[in-house]
Amino acid sequence: MIRFHKGLLAATAALALAAGASAASAECVITMGAAVSLTGKYSTNGTHTKNGYNLALKVINDKGGVKVGDKTCKLAVKYYDDESTPARGAELAERLIKQDGVKFMLGPYSSGLTKAIAPVTEKYKVPMVEANGASRSLFTKGYKYLFAVLSTSEQYLASAVALAAENAEKMGKKPNQITLALAIENDPFSQDIRAGVMDDAKKYGMKIVVDDKLPKELNDMTSTLTKVRALRPDVLVVSGHAKGAATATRQIAEMKIDIPMVAMTHCDSAKIIKKFGKAAEYTLCASQWAPTLKYSDEVFGSAMDFAKLFEKTYGYMPPYQAAESAAAVLVYADAFQRAGSTDPQKVRDALAATDLMTFYGKVKFDETGKNIAKPMVLYQVLNGKYVVVAPSKWAEAQAVIPRPKWSERK
Amino acid sequence: MDNLNLLIQAPILNVQLLLDGLWIGAIFALAAFGMALVWGVMNIINVAQGEFVMLGGFITLMVMEAGLSPLLGIPAAAIVLFVLGWLLYRVIIWRIVDADMFISLLATFGISIMMQQLMNEIFGSDVRTAESGLGMFYLFDNMVTVSQIKVLAFVLAFAIGLALWLFLKRSRLGQAIRATSQNPRAARILGIDTDRVYAATYAINAALCGAAGALVVMAYSIHPYVGLPYTVRSFMIVIMAGLGNLGGVIAAGLGLGAAEQFAGFLLGAEYQLAFVFLLLVVVLVWRQMVLARRRQYLK
Amino acid sequence: MNRRLANVIAILALGVIGILGPWLFPAHLSQFSKLWLFIVLALTWDLLGGQTGYNSFGNVVFFGIGMYAAAVTQVGLYYPVAAYTAAKGGGTEFVFDVAQFYTGLAVGLPVGGIMAALAAAALGMVILGMRGHYFAIATLGLAIAAGELAAGWEYIGAGSGMVTPTPPDTIDTTLLFYYLSFALAAVTFGFLAWLYSTRFGLAINAIRDDEDKAEAMGHHTTRNKVITWTISAFFLGIAGGIFGNLSKFIDPIDVAFNGAEVGVWMILMAILGGKGTLWGPVIGAAVFYVTKELFWTYLLGWQRVALGALIVIIVVFFPQGIVGWLKERWPERFGPSKEEMEAADAKGGA
Repeated sequence: MIRFHKGLLAATAALALAAGASAASAECVITMGAAVSLTGKYSTNGTHTKNGYNLALKVINDKGGVKVGDKTCKLAVKYYDDESTPARGAELAERLIKQDGVKFMLGPYSSGLTKAIAPVTEKYKVPMVEANGASRSLFTKGYKYLFAVLSTSEQYLASAVALAAENAEKMGKKPNQITLALAIENDPFSQDIRAGVMDDAKKYGMKIVVDDKLPKELNDMTSTLTKVRALRPDVLVVSGHAKGAATATRQIAEMKIDIPMVAMTHCDSAKIIKKFGKAAEYTLCASQWAPTLKYSDEVFGSAMDFAKLFEKTYGYMPPYQAAESAAAVLVYADAFQRAGSTDPQKVRDALAATDLMTFYGKVKFDETGKNIAKPMVLYQVLNGKYVVVAPSKWAEAQAVIPRPKWSERK
Repeated sequence: MDNLNLLIQAPILNVQLLLDGLWIGAIFALAAFGMALVWGVMNIINVAQGEFVMLGGFITLMVMEAGLSPLLGIPAAAIVLFVLGWLLYRVIIWRIVDADMFISLLATFGISIMMQQLMNEIFGSDVRTAESGLGMFYLFDNMVTVSQIKVLAFVLAFAIGLALWLFLKRSRLGQAIRATSQNPRAARILGIDTDRVYAATYAINAALCGAAGALVVMAYSIHPYVGLPYTVRSFMIVIMAGLGNLGGVIAAGLGLGAAEQFAGFLLGAEYQLAFVFLLLVVVLVWRQMVLARRRQYLK
Repeated sequence: MNRRLANVIAILALGVIGILGPWLFPAHLSQFSKLWLFIVLALTWDLLGGQTGYNSFGNVVFFGIGMYAAAVTQVGLYYPVAAYTAAKGGGTEFVFDVAQFYTGLAVGLPVGGIMAALAAAALGMVILGMRGHYFAIATLGLAIAAGELAAGWEYIGAGSGMVTPTPPDTIDTTLLFYYLSFALAAVTFGFLAWLYSTRFGLAINAIRDDEDKAEAMGHHTTRNKVITWTISAFFLGIAGGIFGNLSKFIDPIDVAFNGAEVGVWMILMAILGGKGTLWGPVIGAAVFYVTKELFWTYLLGWQRVALGALIVIIVVFFPQGIVGWLKERWPERFGPSKEEMEAADAKGGA
């Protein structure tokens, strides 16, 4: 036993030395750490996250790297697979910081994982810029080292509820007569979206008639949808990662459920247009970002430039998960430059003072660390394309509400 | 209680729930046939059952990507899985046939997590669906909708159950399988190659699951980690039905499917699974009480 | 005689490693905390699975109950739990000072153990009458149902999970939980070593060897099984309480009632080391945990394939475990001792 553990320690020590030596031979490399989900239920989005980080690294490094004080440094990321489980994520964060000596963390995919990792980074006073933990509750704990470039969960479907209120007349009602049906997955992130929707609904005095929490393994929503058909709500809200969007899109069409508005999250990661074609028409989808938005920066150019480069590199259009992840790296690069140092404390202070325009949108953190400068957008699927319909500043078209009945569609 | 009122006021909803339950139940039954067979003949509880279902789904997707109708995925998945089942038997399973049942549980658990991550590495964890090209039936003024692929699944489950029953009753191999399940030693003495019987049994099980997987990907959706619910439900169905009772498997499968739908409707989707698994425990406790009454003298 | 000496030396060596841990492997401290807890998981599983012959897939239920009960107690002593979970684990208004944190742990961990033990007693009376794989599957059902129920219960945060109290900055929690884990492992090991040497140990072995005969001999087998499970659940519950604090975030299905991972791992560790032996689970947990960590570090993306293959190899080729294999290979050194032989003879060579 003793010898065994010693052997293990010696092996890890040797590896750590080797890693250290190779880092020193290059002129200056800033290594960030990230535990992302490469396996398990979030592995697709985990891969988007990793691709986003890697593309940003590549572009920044190809342009010579980041100027830190009088040195120019390349950026690198050390990855571990958190297997989509929070316990694993926390453990790996600890390992990255204590054993691999990482001084800067990039976030994992999903709120649950971020929730598990944030206490660790906080404990070791290591800044973490994250791009995929939108849960509101992350920003009520007084964390000082956590920064999120994305809009938080309560905003996800806020514009959908607002849109319902604006269009109440078209549905022949007053805003406070509108009824909502919620079918939302039972995980921390989706439940935060639910809380946001419920708050918004309360604001308008809307009534919630169905409130189902979908189990994580569910691939059949018929019992919920049967309830929806019987109660005829005005708005159906579905949120359950890619699986929820795919299942709902298919089964709503199959069961020909006529509801004036259907709003979802994760449509693009579920590829509902490609998979379900006409069945996806008129679905409203919340999104952090869209390639058609007119944001731009010096590293990637416009949002569309980023999308094209990403597609060229990885062979698929970037979902917003990839875009926001790339933006997180940009935020770090900017902070390193302004801090002029790789001291975690100084970088943390520079991060807190971030005021940056990126292809992904403006990034400016409030005192709790969440980005308050970028709105969520709401797409509608129209003629097989995602068209931005809200907020009105970025809208490309007017939303079609109510959706045509299935019997009136071709 | 609101939900119960809803069912009473709109009885047509019961029809929809019942039908949806029967469709999914038929697929559960299909996977459970194989489990009953392997359990009864080889005394192995195959935890990789759900992964066979998952593989069947991915094979159907490959058939579809090759430009063929996904309906062809049903036979294709069955054939590929048959071969895979045979290979798995030759490499691993034969070593644990005579071992304690618990050993087989763990060995097949190992196989199942290998398959999950292998498929995750090859295909990614995306949720995938295949469009069968079949349409829908709309009944009662659109109040009840029935997807034709699910009806097909239902019919197939019955047909396969019947075919399996005939096969076991009539064919030479089927008789050998039954003989082996009754007494492997005697079967061996009478000249039955029990090793071959086991291989065939395990392969047939995999094929059944593969066919079920093809139906799952067309009627619902599939991803590398979709297997566990199918494994667990197969367990439940076999326990409720008892070993070697194909009719019972169908009945239990359909009953379970319907029970789940009604539970999801009445209790809310979040308690659907809890209900199912508590039901499993209740079934077992009930069975235990019946048994205890029979062997009172031991208490 | 020699053998007893070897035992004492092994225990002392482990004890010294455990106590000196923070100096021996400072960077790996939290991993070693988990290793000690895993040893507890394997030992407690083996109490029913190896010693009594009842293979449970559901021991993770007690792990989860302990985890939640401890966390709820830690919070509930000072704040309303529902408000705490509704705020998703807190925020700046839920602060625990040093005294509150220690008191919470001191009360919470035993409560976790006791709640788990009560649950085991209640469940055991209902389902421990079942035999063989029916028992195994009933426990599997319980494990999954427990996770789903926890995911539906708003009071403990439902699907959003629950954050354990954030310790004040002044406490070095890594060190604290390391020693708590180590102490728990040591106490569990000591208690089981004592238990196996008593008449009760023989009584539960008798259940494993032939339950009907044991019943016929006048043993209250069901009562003994329930007691065994309750003991096992008590230690498991405390382990859960520590594990929850170690992970800081309790997800109902992925952390607390993770039957497909933790629930299976505890069985594997016991089998790998050798079912039904005192040292087996300890060795199995150590080997399994270290192997798993290595796979996870060096086989990124394929770690589960490797783990799956390892499981198959373990159960196919070493169903009797490391200790069992050693006993077979070198019976003179590891085989049954004279007392054990006599006991076996007394049992009729079963």
